[in-house]
Amino acid sequence: MNTQTYKPGEHPDMPAPTNTTGAVAWLRDNLFSTPTNIALTLLSLWFLYKIIPGALDWFLFDAAYTGKDRNECMAKADGACWAFVGERWKLFTYGFYPAAERWRVNLSFILLIAALVPVLWDKTPFRRHLIWFSIAYPFIAGWLLLGGFGLPKVGTDEFGGFMLTLVIGVTGIAFSLPIGILLALGRMSNLPIIRVFSVCFIEFFRGVPLITLLFVASTMLSYFLPPGTTFDLLLRVLIMVTLFSSAYMAEVVRGGLQAIPKGQFEAADAMGLKYWPAMRLIVLPQALKISIPGIVNSFIGLYKDSVLVIIIGLLDPLGIGRASVATTEWGGLSTEIYVFVGIFFFISCFAMSRYSLYLEDKLETSHKR
Amino acid sequence: MSTTTATVPQRNLVSRLWNDKETRSVIIQIIAFAAIFGFIAFMVRNAIVNLEAIGKGFSFNFLFQPASYDINQALIEYDSRSSHLRATIVGVINTLLIAVAGVILATILGFILGVLRLSKNWITNRIAYVYIEYVRNVPVLIHILLVHGIIVHSLPKPKQAISIGDAAFLTNRGLFSPKPLFEPLFWIVAALLVAGVIFTIFFRRHAKRVQDETGKQYPVFWISLAAIIGIPFLSYFILGSPITWEIPYLKGFNFKDGMVIRPEFIALWLALSLYTAAFIGEIVRAGILAVNYGQTEASSALGISRGRTLNLVVIPQAMRVIVPPLTSQYLNLTKNSSLAIAIGYMDIVATIGGISLNQTGREMECMTIVLILYLIISLLISAFMNWYNKRIKLVER
Repeated sequence: MNTQTYKPGEHPDMPAPTNTTGAVAWLRDNLFSTPTNIALTLLSLWFLYKIIPGALDWFLFDAAYTGKDRNECMAKADGACWAFVGERWKLFTYGFYPAAERWRVNLSFILLIAALVPVLWDKTPFRRHLIWFSIAYPFIAGWLLLGGFGLPKVGTDEFGGFMLTLVIGVTGIAFSLPIGILLALGRMSNLPIIRVFSVCFIEFFRGVPLITLLFVASTMLSYFLPPGTTFDLLLRVLIMVTLFSSAYMAEVVRGGLQAIPKGQFEAADAMGLKYWPAMRLIVLPQALKISIPGIVNSFIGLYKDSVLVIIIGLLDPLGIGRASVATTEWGGLSTEIYVFVGIFFFISCFAMSRYSLYLEDKLETSHKR
Repeated sequence: MSTTTATVPQRNLVSRLWNDKETRSVIIQIIAFAAIFGFIAFMVRNAIVNLEAIGKGFSFNFLFQPASYDINQALIEYDSRSSHLRATIVGVINTLLIAVAGVILATILGFILGVLRLSKNWITNRIAYVYIEYVRNVPVLIHILLVHGIIVHSLPKPKQAISIGDAAFLTNRGLFSPKPLFEPLFWIVAALLVAGVIFTIFFRRHAKRVQDETGKQYPVFWISLAAIIGIPFLSYFILGSPITWEIPYLKGFNFKDGMVIRPEFIALWLALSLYTAAFIGEIVRAGILAVNYGQTEASSALGISRGRTLNLVVIPQAMRVIVPPLTSQYLNLTKNSSLAIAIGYMDIVATIGGISLNQTGREMECMTIVLILYLIISLLISAFMNWYNKRIKLVER
């Protein structure tokens, strides 16, 4: 080992000492820096050791994937039994939608993706024109799924599974946003009657659980309709879900409206703009931009809440799952079935929440410390 | 040219009124009022006509008729001969019980999760992150059904009960635990406990005033501990343990005596708390991160210890950010407790909105009661949390 001396200014670039970079340093800084930290690390590792192997065995390695029914499946393995997924996936996806007409569900799903792209991704070519298709999508999908005008009709009692979740989600999202914006504007309005009405509406729907509103829809809403008219159950549920989520949407949008400096409203007045042009051209574009992450979060909430429809007898994936638990073939597999439905919801909701984070990052223009 | 400009002011009356800001707002409001009330009147009229057509009417008399169904968890005296009104009260108590128990557990777990999520330890941090993301992105109803399913399917039958020190027994029919039977002397201990709490409240106020005025500090924590726990505990033993425990025992296919906590209650309580805790964890994390790091630095520059910094500088400021979203989580938990009906826990929705409704066929009356009850509970929670929020709010000039 020879020590070499350098003149000032002639030092070659040397790598950092090994104990301050790389895996070892990372481990030391993040896991073993203080005695408490070491204890915490060991505790966490012990916890993972207790949980992970058992869970993986049950979920993956000891699980059975084929079999006609529960007994055949359980005989093969000690772990979970996933055979019902293969046997019943069509039920989980389409519900009781007639087999010959299922292409319509598939087509509406493909169109949904096409309609979402211009909304979610702001660099889509021709976005300005494509957005009209997105606005028209709920009506096109409604026609495709329900039929009429040349297509054979399908009753809403045959809707079910994943498709039903999407129907509730898309309808709720498409209609609750405009109603929510109107309610938020109403709540901020100078006209007392409009304001009082909006506040009452919002606070009522935010004060009661969705499940009670669904009970109202299923038991008592028909009394309020003119004698002789009947609504089908899904439509009543959709109305309630939309009103419920528009109350939450209104509060999110109100947050955005309150964040707009007063000068913007005054400037709009000074330009001689009337109320609606001022809102449309100046206030709402800014307010909605701020509230986009909140809006996406309410959408996730609405999407998750859509499972509550099983309590009044509609069969979304969870409903199909519960019905499967009650059958003789698959009885007693409740854990597997709920985990399966849970994974399905986790994937879609996690994707949405990542998207919301991405938006927040994109809209964040301040300098972080 | 001059002729066109001259015609402009001569517009008709309607247009002049419409262009005047004051009158226009009055007109819009009258129209809105008429439309809303017209709509409500239309619905009420439909309801009256429809109810008459099937001969039902609208009356709350059924509330005083016997309910003739059983409720498996009733904290007040109830049997199937009790009235629907009493069934409703049992339901309300059950809802409040799950709400209070859930809020307490969710807050504790949520604060732990929030702190773990901020930990510098990478593994701990990731475990908390995975837990929060998993729980938040799965509907709460699935959590409830899953936990209930696991409890009912994986816990043993009463014959093979898991014994906890031969006093409590965990089975798929619930947790059977000893039931305290209070002897008269016990009330002295209870009175001492209440006195200790009241004393502590006043003592803390006094200690704070003394410190503000003179800078002198009392050992507040130890004195409070002695007053609330120490003295009642000592007196309990001095008075010769005035509580006897009624221990459950196996008889036939089930346990007798003792106290039972039903699997429905345990499942609902755990699922709601675990679900809400994930949201509270994120709120706590955001709240602590919202306190400028300069505050911590300034505090250590003044030579204040880490623990006191956390207590006196960081947490009071973080609470201002945490409390408003925490309120809405408490409301959500209370509202989500209505999902109890999916696993058969008898809350408001399951009693008056479920069985009573089906037995009497009085949809209108029952649903009205349910909605009003939930509105009252929501308003009370909001009012309390707003009061608390006002108390800890930043006092500005």
